[in-house]
Amino acid sequence: MSATSQHGRLAPPPTAPGNRGRGRKRIVGVAAAFLAPFFVLFLIFTIVPLIYAFGLSFFSEKSSGLGFEGKERNFVGLDNFVRAFQDDKFLASFGNVFVYCLVYIPTMILIALILALLLDSLVVRARGFFRLAFYVPNIVPGLIAAIIWLYLYTPGISPLVQAFESTGGKWDLTSQLSAVFSLANLAIWLHTGYNVVLFYAALQAVPREVLEAATIDGAGAVRTAFAIKARLISGAIGVAVLFTIVGAMQLFAEPLLLTSRATAISSTYTPNMFIYQAAFERNDIGYSAATAFIFATVIGVLSWAATRFTRKAQA
Amino acid sequence: MPGTRDGALGRSPLLSRLAVHIVLIVFALYTLLPLTWLLIATTKNTADLFGTPGFSFARFSLGDNLVRLFTVDDGIYARWLGNTFVYAIVGAAASVIVSFLAGYAFDKFEFPGKERWFASVLIGVLVPAAVTTMPLYLLASATGIVNTFWGVFLPSIASPFGVYLARIFSNSYVPNEVIEAARIDGARELKIFTSIVLPLMRPGVVTLFLMAFSGIWNGFFLPLVMLTDTALYPVALGLYTWNGQAVADPSMAAVVITGSLIAMLPVIGLFLGLQRFWQAGIGTGAVK
Repeated sequence: MSATSQHGRLAPPPTAPGNRGRGRKRIVGVAAAFLAPFFVLFLIFTIVPLIYAFGLSFFSEKSSGLGFEGKERNFVGLDNFVRAFQDDKFLASFGNVFVYCLVYIPTMILIALILALLLDSLVVRARGFFRLAFYVPNIVPGLIAAIIWLYLYTPGISPLVQAFESTGGKWDLTSQLSAVFSLANLAIWLHTGYNVVLFYAALQAVPREVLEAATIDGAGAVRTAFAIKARLISGAIGVAVLFTIVGAMQLFAEPLLLTSRATAISSTYTPNMFIYQAAFERNDIGYSAATAFIFATVIGVLSWAATRFTRKAQA
Repeated sequence: MPGTRDGALGRSPLLSRLAVHIVLIVFALYTLLPLTWLLIATTKNTADLFGTPGFSFARFSLGDNLVRLFTVDDGIYARWLGNTFVYAIVGAAASVIVSFLAGYAFDKFEFPGKERWFASVLIGVLVPAAVTTMPLYLLASATGIVNTFWGVFLPSIASPFGVYLARIFSNSYVPNEVIEAARIDGARELKIFTSIVLPLMRPGVVTLFLMAFSGIWNGFFLPLVMLTDTALYPVALGLYTWNGQAVADPSMAAVVITGSLIAMLPVIGLFLGLQRFWQAGIGTGAVK
């Protein structure tokens, strides 16, 4: 780096203030050019559709009489929103995802944390193998994972169901409870490994002096691991929880695929499925837009709460 | 005196080592066994798939399954694979360039309202696809890009999460002094970006490319909405359609299972091949 620091020392050339101002203006121009591709695409493919959807949510579409004349669009004010809050199916879709998150997220984060702590403990051999083995499902497309597990949930094909029923249990994909567990297990299988890698990397970054200080204080290995290490990476855990909530709420492809066998999963099982169904199967465009906005607001509020909560935990 | 330290790991090193390894092995079995089942299932014909135990081999029919996979529906599966490659490679490359241009600008350039612009990117991360997909479909219908390559390709380029990560990567891999030095040497900003900054951020570039690639490869919602022509389907959407047919026609099950395995191989191959880079890349994301 000696060459650079030499340049650095030569750096502030005796420029006039006006010249420096022009330099700053030039940088703003360069920044704008670098940012433009993203923001133009972001505007066209996110902001404009958002505004458009917002507008649509105040209208209702009705077919005007016989067939092909097109649709009549009427301003209905907040009717779509009122209707959504009285729609049992829409509310139930939130309930389903809520129960699913309650089963899935704490389990997954806890497993990922334990595995990362174990990998980080000094006694483990073949660390690279385990990390890779845990990570592999994360690469599998969600839809294909759903296909694999669909067969692993099917009595008559699945070795798992056989093993389970040989212990005297009864496996019933048509019950609500097994629907939630099927989806949660699928998500745990898919996403735990990514978070193990994430937490493990965060643990590696914990300064060793901090750990040594804790050991001298007399904290045992297990206590050190949980009380101190977990606390030190609470930032990484918070981010993981946030993104997991946002992702889990948007559950779509997996339950859609499972509807073919698991009758407990209806075509409006999750908010995303509800919104999709309203738009593309019932052509209820305005209503779909309104429900989508309610859904987005819920995600926004939850994310905000999750960030607040982790900040507090870190403080 | 390790023997007197309290805590299980200190007290009984051999036993605790064993316990730690058992836990890790059990979880590795959980992650790997379903894939093993898939591997074995692809070697069975329909009768054996439904009639023999999941983890035992039967008459080896992988060849037959592959032939069927690539001939069913006039061999449309190869077309789906090709489509997915094009969507994923072109889309991921475009997405990475756009993300790094923006992420680098956010990290290294000073301009008015910078953090406010960045906040808008972060809010973009939270916008659920469900809200934008339906209006996107309507807009795409109005402009005629619905049911075309562009309808799937264009909306998948701008990734707020990609910009967020790119800023972190730029911050951790690119020292300010290097840019200063290049500027003093009279290099132009775009030249600095392409010949100095991008090579420095290589692990980040690889990580983002892989994330974008697998995101598009696995993408389902957007193609489901945008495409009606099966000849334009990506492989995930195609398999979904076939899986629906398998309920009525069990012989499609073997095709769906074999198709699932083949569809996974490119992504897994890419990840294994570039392991060195993305493991470093994910690490950077976690530490910041």
